[in-house]
Amino acid sequence: MVAELSSRIGNLHLRNPIMPASGTFSDDLAEVIDISRIGAHVLKTVTPDLRGGNATPRVCEIRGAMLNSIGIPSKGLKHLLKTVIPWYARFDVPLVVSISANDSESFARSCEKVSQPGVAAIEANISCPNIEEDGRAFAMRPESTHTIMTALRGATDLPLWAKLSPNTGEPAEVGLAAEAAGADALVVANTVLGMAVDIHSRKPRLGNIMGGISGPPIKPIALRMTYQCARSVRIPVIGCGGVSTVEDVLEYLIVGASAVQVGTATFINPSTMTTLVDQLSAWMQENGVDSLDQIIGTLRDDDVRESEQFMETVRR
Amino acid sequence: MTMTLSTSDCAPYPDASSFHAFETDPEVMSNAPVNREYRLLTLAAPDHVLALCRPGQFFHLLCPALQEEAPFLRRPMSIYGIHRDRGALSFLYKVTGSGTRSLARLTRGDRLNVLGPLGNGFIIQPSWKNLLLVARGVGLATLAPLAREADSLGCKMTAVCSARSEEMLMSLALFRQYGARVSTVTDSAGTSDPAAMRAMLDPLFARGGIDAVYTCGSNRLLLLLQELAQDHCVPGQVAMEQQMACGLGMCQCCVRSFRTADGTIQKRVCREGPVFDMAEAVGW
Repeated sequence: MVAELSSRIGNLHLRNPIMPASGTFSDDLAEVIDISRIGAHVLKTVTPDLRGGNATPRVCEIRGAMLNSIGIPSKGLKHLLKTVIPWYARFDVPLVVSISANDSESFARSCEKVSQPGVAAIEANISCPNIEEDGRAFAMRPESTHTIMTALRGATDLPLWAKLSPNTGEPAEVGLAAEAAGADALVVANTVLGMAVDIHSRKPRLGNIMGGISGPPIKPIALRMTYQCARSVRIPVIGCGGVSTVEDVLEYLIVGASAVQVGTATFINPSTMTTLVDQLSAWMQENGVDSLDQIIGTLRDDDVRESEQFMETVRR
Repeated sequence: MTMTLSTSDCAPYPDASSFHAFETDPEVMSNAPVNREYRLLTLAAPDHVLALCRPGQFFHLLCPALQEEAPFLRRPMSIYGIHRDRGALSFLYKVTGSGTRSLARLTRGDRLNVLGPLGNGFIIQPSWKNLLLVARGVGLATLAPLAREADSLGCKMTAVCSARSEEMLMSLALFRQYGARVSTVTDSAGTSDPAAMRAMLDPLFARGGIDAVYTCGSNRLLLLLQELAQDHCVPGQVAMEQQMACGLGMCQCCVRSFRTADGTIQKRVCREGPVFDMAEAVGW
């Protein structure tokens, strides 16, 4: 028996639940691995106009993780439509285009423009901590999330994913707001806003001062938010944050993710995604699991919830 | 001279025969100090990887977590030696941080995960017969394989090696072995500052005896050579560095600015470089 790795994100069929996180994937990876083997191709965020991106250094290493402030350098929508999207047509893999903009009007216009044949879904990057002023992003609050997602929903008929931020105190409320505005799926989450200082020069270690933390240390945060969102919304949730091992993939699936995105791990080992596909298949066979349905959302939290309720009863 | 490929030009089809770089785990053959600061690491590299290596390219090394060192990202390192005859690939490195400290601990028989070769190497046009190589510090390591290739192509070379002091000058014998006329300049002797080097190099250019210039390792040298090369209409190439994450071009971390016909644009050191047209490079 070969384990069935396929997953569904709404009406979108994925051959397996492993896909890249936006910003960590491009055609360049095809020079090192067979990118036709992964569940989806998620492109780097494109903004309406040309953007240079942030000052260097754009990356620094912190203990067990990395901090980046790339700032979405973008060749613009024209380049995306004319060159990038056609290149991916050679693959039988759903293409997910990630877009962002500073205001809802141009965001919606971009959304409409990228709704083209060859694009399977649109991921709305409403959570990049690097392009908004002082690290602010739409996905930090339910209200701004609802406003922007409503504008985007009105601009496309394609599956629309909302990429949420870990830099919020209200993950479930933000997820619900995206769902209420018509999002077809949530991607939870993005990098965690952080900072690092060189004690000798006393300068920030990133050109942009602040940046996003990524890598294994943020997994418990993104996993917790994936859980909070998945138990609150009816739409599929895609987990993203610190995935580097098959155990990480399984944890995300168990708390309710229908798929996962892999980012920083690909920078360390470019074959991470294809390796995870193989390892997930092997794990399922070894454990007699036929399909992802037997894993997704199977967290045994009932006992915990009952004890929580009990505690509340006692407190009353 | 075109050294940058547009996304569509270089986009390969997804089949293993077109892979340009490989992730491998070669065995360490040796890892020994060269002087007080630098070490030479030699790996037993597979033939299919060595066959792809070009001078000026780099590998992305997964420095192992050892004892208290826990490097996270890979470390880019330019190729120092490509020895297809004995299946060896070598790197000359200075121990500066957690990555290189962990590299320094590797011993014969250990394995090191490497990704490469990556980036675009140096180009020697067939009409270029007299080359000037100018490097400082670890930049000498990057130019060493170029000297070997230039020698094999029958080019004449002048190599100017710069360092803080006499004892920090490396690879002089190697450059001489490849037939280069070697000059040295040092901070301690007061011969390495731009004015002194200009006085030394200008006559070389003025005599018309240089077809191309190559440099690596110093911003001051780059700026000086840009001026001299422009004054004397000589083409040049520079190998550059930048903080890097993926090494493949996906993350867009390692950009630098370049002056091109289309204005100042940013290029990725890992992908469009690390070797660039010297005239376009902007100092740092």
